[in-house]
Amino acid sequence: MHIKILGQGCAKCEQLYKEVVKADQALQSGVEITKVQDMKEIVSYGVMRTPALVINGEVKVVGKVPSAEEIRNLIKGGR
Amino acid sequence: MFNWAQWLADWLVYSVFGVQAGSKLGDALNFFIFDTIKIFILLLILIYIITFIRSFFPPEKIREILARKKGNMFLGHVLAALLGIVTPFCSCSAVPLFIGFVEAGIPLGITFSYLIAAPMVNEVALVLLYGMFGLKIAAIYLVAGEVIAIVSGILIGRLNLEKHVESYVYGLGGKNVDINIPEPTMQERLSDTWIFTRDLLKKIWLYVVIGIGIGGFMHGWVPAGALAKYAGANNPFAVFVAVVIGIPLYSNAAGVIPLVSELTRAGVAMGTALAFMMSVTALSLPEMIILRQVLRPKLLAVFVGIVGGGILFTGYLFNYLL
Repeated sequence: MHIKILGQGCAKCEQLYKEVVKADQALQSGVEITKVQDMKEIVSYGVMRTPALVINGEVKVVGKVPSAEEIRNLIKGGR
Repeated sequence: MFNWAQWLADWLVYSVFGVQAGSKLGDALNFFIFDTIKIFILLLILIYIITFIRSFFPPEKIREILARKKGNMFLGHVLAALLGIVTPFCSCSAVPLFIGFVEAGIPLGITFSYLIAAPMVNEVALVLLYGMFGLKIAAIYLVAGEVIAIVSGILIGRLNLEKHVESYVYGLGGKNVDINIPEPTMQERLSDTWIFTRDLLKKIWLYVVIGIGIGGFMHGWVPAGALAKYAGANNPFAVFVAVVIGIPLYSNAAGVIPLVSELTRAGVAMGTALAFMMSVTALSLPEMIILRQVLRPKLLAVFVGIVGGGILFTGYLFNYLL
């Protein structure tokens, strides 16, 4: 499973990255987490607001940092 | 509506702290306490309401609305500027937003009407203007901001500057994927609204308190009209200087407005003050750096020049009218 966090280093993008890492550790899910900061790649997902969360190539969240619980559910749902 | 806050401020300053009514310290403290209470209540209530309304207008929907209005250019500009009021704008989203609009075939000029209105006519600025200056000035700011966004967008559209957009922007079309995020439920909407309001207040509260604090100090110690000689309506350079000073102050918009209300009491002309606040919100250095990723230097310069010109014009106009 592969999670991408789209965003050019804004405060909320960083926050989302940290939350995802935390959720991954809590669940011991061992997902691959990458930050995508290249604008061309970000917009290739059709996203107009950052941060955005992409799980296995599918955009799940745009423009906000979801709660820790929501993130855990998204990770569980992606497995 | 805020009589009770005035009563509370009077009671705290004159009875609890024992500061003499009418003294400089008393005036300053009273101003600080009353305005802090009033501004934070207004910010909390109005940001919550505006954020809730905007949850119905995500940029994806705005893009759809504007793409449908391609036939009628003028209506497109007006609509883009109006939608700019209710939509979220974080300068870090300026680039994906710009690309998303251009990709959907929305004309460059209309995209700019939106990009100009969205940061300039924002809820924090409007709430603070209403709280510190009253309804009339807030309304003037709103209308002037909308007019600048519409006219600047039309001008940029007429200048045929499409070739000054970085070329990669036009090449991204084929890769577009569909995003199927379900419409949020009412409960999600309300909780997202609350989280956004809370985060926004967390981000700006210190600036607002510092702004009101300096304002309170001026209220006590700087006599009314003290700055009229330097920045009054008869100094033609004041508007220009105000706009230039405003450009690097972007992130402090929340702290600047409470301060500006005191500057006007001290004699800074209202048009100059309006131009200053517009420059703070609409022309920001970090946003220019971010937009440079998609705009070639010439288009960026035209954008700054036209918006700056519009703000200068507004400043001189209201120095003359008010």
